[in-house]
Amino acid sequence: MRKIEPILAILVAAAMIVAAIAAPWLRFVLTIALAKGIAVMGILLLLRAGQVSFGHALYIAFGAYTVAFLAPRFGDAMILLPLAALGAGVLGLLIGLFVTRYRQIFFGMLNLAMAMVFYSLLEKLYAITKGSDGIRVEIMPIAGQALERVTYEWTIFGIALGLAFVLGFLLRLYLASPMGEALAGIKTRETRLEFMGVPARGVLLSAYVMSAVLGGIGGALIAMTSRHVTPLLSYWTSSGELVFIAILGGAGGVLGPFLGAAAYELVRVYAAASFADAWQMILGSVLLLVILFAPGGLWGMAARAIGGRGR
Amino acid sequence: MSEVLLQASGLRLAFGGVKAADGIDLGVMKGEFLAIIGPNGAGKTTFINMTTGYLRPNAGEISYEGQRITGMSPRAIVKRGIARSFQLPQLFLEHTVEQNVALAVASRDGIWSPLTPLLRPGYRDEARDLLERFGLTGIADTRADALNEGARKLADIAMAVALKPRLLLMDEPTSGVAASEKMDVVETLARVLREAKVTAVFVEHDMDVVERFADRVAVWSQGRIAALGPPGEVLSDPAVQREVIGIERHA
Ligand SMILES: Nc1ncnc2c1ncn2[C@@H]1O[C@H](COP(=O)(O)OP(=O)(O)OP(=O)(O)O)[C@@H](O)[C@H]1O
Ligand SMILES: [Mg+2]
Repeated sequence: MRKIEPILAILVAAAMIVAAIAAPWLRFVLTIALAKGIAVMGILLLLRAGQVSFGHALYIAFGAYTVAFLAPRFGDAMILLPLAALGAGVLGLLIGLFVTRYRQIFFGMLNLAMAMVFYSLLEKLYAITKGSDGIRVEIMPIAGQALERVTYEWTIFGIALGLAFVLGFLLRLYLASPMGEALAGIKTRETRLEFMGVPARGVLLSAYVMSAVLGGIGGALIAMTSRHVTPLLSYWTSSGELVFIAILGGAGGVLGPFLGAAAYELVRVYAAASFADAWQMILGSVLLLVILFAPGGLWGMAARAIGGRGR
Repeated sequence: MSEVLLQASGLRLAFGGVKAADGIDLGVMKGEFLAIIGPNGAGKTTFINMTTGYLRPNAGEISYEGQRITGMSPRAIVKRGIARSFQLPQLFLEHTVEQNVALAVASRDGIWSPLTPLLRPGYRDEARDLLERFGLTGIADTRADALNEGARKLADIAMAVALKPRLLLMDEPTSGVAASEKMDVVETLARVLREAKVTAVFVEHDMDVVERFADRVAVWSQGRIAALGPPGEVLSDPAVQREVIGIERHA
């Protein structure tokens, strides 16, 4: 199965590129899906340790606002992306030092609390953040090149796709490494790790920082694509959305978050267009069906269809 | 043989009114196999828990290789060369047996390499070698949550051995292992430990195993050591036979 994953990833990427060429609005939707997929890889990382964060939209919002704040000063995507990743990583380290003391529901809720604090700050500090109006992000140069709109959008799409590949590849290596397997050990026998001389909390903290970095990168890409950031990015429903996508896509492989994100964004756009106010109901039903009949998510279904195991 | 590796002095630990350790003094000699026997609730596991840093004694001291380890974390104690196996096996249930043991092997180096696979040749070969010695090769790819009790127990011990300790504490290594395989298993285990020059302390309920493999026996009773000496002497003591009633003895 692990051998099929890269091939499948290339097929999915090819399908995305074809779709983006076929319809410009799909290019926008798929760029957002790729950005969210990158952030959801962070959720997947924590799920490996049996932990669910209900507050990871915090890092998306942080990455997005980093771009919005700094774009006027360092207006280049190639500078802003690493800055957003770094900033989210530092924030993840600070918050992680605290939340990785906790497990399960406490871990989930503390993350939620952090995200809601950030949401309130974005709302209340109007002078800096423009409150719920949010901040517009202008089209910015990329690697020193000033681009016109269509080229800019294509380039961001390409960067998102490239990052999805590189980060997905690295994550895949990590999950099979001693560090990644120890992370999975936290889920079933955390104390044994300590009796092997492994600091379980350190393992979880490093994964948490990585998940924050992934969130920051996802958020930066979202800001560059939607070109408008609002406090809603940090609202608890946005965090729930990430968990939703993780379960929809399946936690068995790094392709899951991207399958999940693409499906989520497409269903959302189609359902919103066709059924106006009923799209949440449709998404809810889809999630219910996945949990009941395909606990391995879309990735699990794809894996089974090809004839391997989803995990 | 006469060098003391581990020394416990005046260990006390009470849980509410229960004195799980009520003044334990015990020196473990380098290279010996020391058996701990005694009825349920005597405090045998508590002694292992205190020695490995899982529980902190209310009073008393434990020193290892001449240095005080009382109150240290399990992690710090493992790093000094003391490993343990568990009365209830503590495996990573969603990992295969091979991954479980490989993770223990890898943990000697720290597990901080994020980009090379756990099952790289170095770690995998060592894990497979251990599994072969424990007769677990056939279930190397089985997930730990699908194992029977005996196999879990052995995998649990293999993980502790993989840490290459100088002192190994085993809590009822043969419980759950089928009676017909017990002696073979212990024989193998003893060979592995002797080869690696590991000092071993093991809690055991089977007196045949104790008689055959222990250099000395310590009899635990209500948080105290009631008797200590070579198995021949200790096990034939009528007081011990009375104290340790309920222990099984094969015909
Ligand atoms: N963490 C704990 N909290 C409360 N009581 C405990 C704890 N650990 C042990 N005890 C109590 O201390 C006493 C000694 O327990 P221990 O597990 O050391 O006995 P044991 O000799 O290993 O018994 P067994 O043969 O059943 O394994 C028991 O009465 C037990 O209930
Ligand atoms: Mg016990």
